[in-house]
Formats: sequence, structure tokens, C-alpha cells
Amino acid sequence: MPNRLTVCELSRLLSRRELSSREATQACLDAIRQRDPVVRAFLHVDEAGALAQADAADAARRRGRSAETHPLLGIPVAIKDVIAVRNQPLTCGSRILARYIAPYDATVTEALRRAGAIFLGRLNLDEFAMGSSTENSAFGPTRNPWDTTRIPGGSSGGSAAAVAADECSAALGSDTGGSVRLPAAFCGVVGLKPTYGRVSRFGLVAYASSLDQIGLLTKTVRDAALLLETVAGHDPLDSTSVAQPVPPYAAGLDQSVAGLRVGLPREYFVEGGLDAEVRHSIDRAIAQLESLGVEPVEVSLPHTRYALGTFCLIAPAEASANLARFDGVRYGLRVEGADPIEMYARTRGAGFGPEVKRRIILGTHALSSGYYDAYYLRAQKVRTLIRQDFLDTFKQVDAILTPTAPTPPFKLGEKLADPLQMYLSDVFTISCNLAGICGLSLPCGFTTSPKLPIGMQLLGPPFGEEILLRLGYAFEQSTDWHRHRPPL
Amino acid sequence: MSAPHIDIHRIAGLARLELSPDEESRLGAELSNVLDYIKLLEEVDVRAVEPMAHAVPHSNVVRADAVRPSLSHADALSQAPSQSNGLFIVPRIVE
Repeated sequence: MPNRLTVCELSRLLSRRELSSREATQACLDAIRQRDPVVRAFLHVDEAGALAQADAADAARRRGRSAETHPLLGIPVAIKDVIAVRNQPLTCGSRILARYIAPYDATVTEALRRAGAIFLGRLNLDEFAMGSSTENSAFGPTRNPWDTTRIPGGSSGGSAAAVAADECSAALGSDTGGSVRLPAAFCGVVGLKPTYGRVSRFGLVAYASSLDQIGLLTKTVRDAALLLETVAGHDPLDSTSVAQPVPPYAAGLDQSVAGLRVGLPREYFVEGGLDAEVRHSIDRAIAQLESLGVEPVEVSLPHTRYALGTFCLIAPAEASANLARFDGVRYGLRVEGADPIEMYARTRGAGFGPEVKRRIILGTHALSSGYYDAYYLRAQKVRTLIRQDFLDTFKQVDAILTPTAPTPPFKLGEKLADPLQMYLSDVFTISCNLAGICGLSLPCGFTTSPKLPIGMQLLGPPFGEEILLRLGYAFEQSTDWHRHRPPL
Repeated sequence: MSAPHIDIHRIAGLARLELSPDEESRLGAELSNVLDYIKLLEEVDVRAVEPMAHAVPHSNVVRADAVRPSLSHADALSQAPSQSNGLFIVPRIVE
């Protein structure tokens, strides 16, 4: 079952010629055919294209190409449908882009291609990455592979579900307020949101530009390290990417974690704020890390309670500006009108779904004359305080540990009628984006009945991915949560 | 707490977003909840705090003003809902 292997395991077998990329890719395509009619992680599967890329990878290997120069040679991956892959659909889960074909590669796509990866297809998401459950996709929800009556988390729900269901070796997602980490936790896989500026966003359809970051969904921490090495780095096409050297993340994983200090923010562990089974798993994970020599330290992030409100202003405000480009002129849906203004309004009214409309209205309101200072400017100032909380705390500790989500994955439809309840799913992940730091979610247990994954979140200082990955790897090596497979 | 009033119809006009009367009333109710929640931020003393526009402190990023290869004319037009003579076609703007 090569589709069940991690990227690193698969790469080893491919290098030894014990397996071909065609076999590995076919195994993923078979898994998609069997499982995806229920899971619905994929919006588009490029079967012929993937097999042709796999054959090309196998041929290149016969000519002497290897993982030394092409670390992902022949590895089948899949991409959230908000990141451009040339000549592939790019719908963003929206009717307004239902027939859009990307005319170019995102920089991360190009990096994966250069490393030898095979592209299986496009993964489902909440429309324009706005949501926490993947129920906001115009093309129907994705289901959690652990319990298909439940949501996989969002907005990168397709990415997390596809990795959990062994339909691909790894996936790319995007994370604006927890959209990689939350679904990773809910589906029992690893999710990494790199530091703002660590990975180029050229070719990522913008939602909230001061918060968006491309992230990785993988079966293990080592795979996340390997993929991050591949996609990280400065890109002249993204002026917000930072020219900071990319360390060899995978090579650093084996270093000891003994003596590292991990902060436990008391605001994340308040009485009544956490599901009991989540709390139990997190307590056990802290004890496990302690047994590896990690020192837990209680810390405080005093502005935590303002993070969601801050996000609810900044993200929609930026979204309302970013989504102005969808006007029926240059690409996407057009609904005709008597004049351009009517055409814009009709096109957008017909093309956007309810959550996108909600955020455009909220964001436009927050930016509108007379409200700007009270809403947007105030939120930007509170954001400064939230970031400062983290920077101060990272003077005392190497990383911060929290649950990724306050509860296990919920039922489809459970929170659809109440937007605020839905937004609260992200209450532990949002601060990371506001502060511009990095975060890693990894499996740390299961609920008893039904068996549902629980994730823990490690937060690190700006460009502190090495520490997160090292801590995550040490934890993973001493537990077997990442080896559990959903009952599909 | 009283729900803050938002004139959804006016905001939708600013956003160039056509909404049905049903959508307008539903959005009004939903957003009142969210705006009530956001009132929490009023507790924070922000008088001496600088606003933060980006997660990483950035100064202007510049590059040489040099011609570089980019998307071809045909590729740029390939997704247009309506085009003619190498141009995007839109409804008449001036009489």
C-alpha cells in the first residue's frame, strides 16, 4: 500500500527501485477512487497528467536523477484549490471561479515541480479559504475520514482529509487564522503554518494579505521538515517574503530537546474552555515531553481574549479589498448588467457564497468612513499588543504549547447557523497569524467513543520552525498517535 | 446589549455586491452578533499603541525598473468572459 507511506519512506523505496513512481501514484489514484466518493477531499483529479508525470519521474530516475538533487522525485502530492498550478483548475471553492484555469504556477508549485513532485489534483476548501469546516465550499463539504458525519476542519479540509485518508503523500494548504492547523488536528495529521514571510505567496489567491501563509499537511513531522525545506525562501515575486536563509530542517530533527523550555499560556487552559478529553490528551502530551527533558513553564499571553475580535475585523477588511478583483471583467463568472456597476454587483451577488458575502460586508463596514478608527485602526493596535505578548513570552521560553482546538471535530451542519460559534473553533490558532509567528499541529491522542483525533499546537518565535519541528519530532518518536489510521 | 445598526443595503452598494432582501435581513442579524462580540476590543487601552499593518516589520521593497518576461497577452486574455481585438469587453460606460 504505497499510498500509506510517508514521503520519506516512499522516497527511500523509490530510490532503491523497490517501487516505481507510477505504482505509488496509481495507489493514490486507486485510494481516491475508492474513498473519495465519501470523503470528497478532491475537487479535481488529474489522473492522466499525474500518471504521465510519474512515468517521466521514473524515466528520469533511470537516467540517473536522484533524491539528492530532487528530494521529492516521484512523490504524489495534492494542492489546495487556492494555489495555482499551471493549466489546472483554480476554483477557490467558489462559483465565481468555477471554470477558471490557472495560467501560471505559484512559486511553491514551481518549487515542488523542481523537486520532482507529482501533482494529483485539486483539494476542496471553504470558499476563498474562509471557514473552519470546509462546509463553505460551493462544491459541497469534505467529510472527516475518522467519522464521515463530521467536518474535517477548515479551511484546508480537503488537504487534511486527503492526507489522513492516504489519498496523497502530502498536501499544501493555506492558513490565515488556523486553516492548516485546525484541519490537521481534526483529521489526525501534521499541519505546519510557517512564519509570515517564510514561504512565497505568489500564486496563492489572496484572502487577508497581512495574515495569509501557505502551509503543509503531512503524515509525519519529518515530512513537514522536508517539504518546508523545499518551499521556503525569498521570492522576488512576493515582496513580503523574507530573505532569511533556509536551514536544513530535516537534518536538525535528531537534536535533543532536553533543556528546552515550553510555555503553557494560562489563558488557553481556563476552566470550562476545553473539552475534557482534549484537556486530558494535552496534559498527557505535556508529561510526555517532560519525560524527554523538556521543561514546562506557565506563561501568560494577556491579550488572548481579544484575538478573535481583532481577527474578525482585520481579516474581513483585507478580504473585502482583495476580493474586489472579482468583478466579471478579466476572468471568472460574469452576469451581464446595463452598466459596469450593475454588472459587478450582479456578478458578485451570483458568484459568492454566504460566508464570503458576510465577510465582504463586515470588512467593507469596518473600513467605511466614520467606522475606520473605531474598528480597523483599533484592531491594528490591539494586534500590536497581541504580537508583543508573544515576543515577550519567547524571551522566557523556546516554544509555546496549547491545544490546537478547544473541542474534537464537530458534526456537519452543527455550527453553520451561527457564524460566531464557527469562528470560535479557531480561538487557539488565530493569534499565531496576528503575531506573524509559526505554528505546528500534531496528533496527540484520540477521544474514546467515537474515536476522533486530538491535536496539540506548538507555537514558535518568528523563523523558529526548527525548534517546533525538533520538539514535534521528539514527541512523535516517543508516541504512536501518527500511526493510527481512520476506519475507511 | 443592543445590536449595533448597520445599513447592509448601503454597505452592499459600496462593496458592489447585489443581495436579495432575504440576504440583507439575514446578514444584518448575523453581523449584529459578530459586532457585539467585537465590542470586547473597546476594553483595551490603545492610546499609546502603534497600529500594526503587517506581521513582520517591513520597509518598502523595490526592484530595478527593468522589463522582464511576464504573462503573454494571449494568456492574460484566455479567461476573459468577453473579449475582442485583444481587449476585455465591458458594458458601455459613457454615452
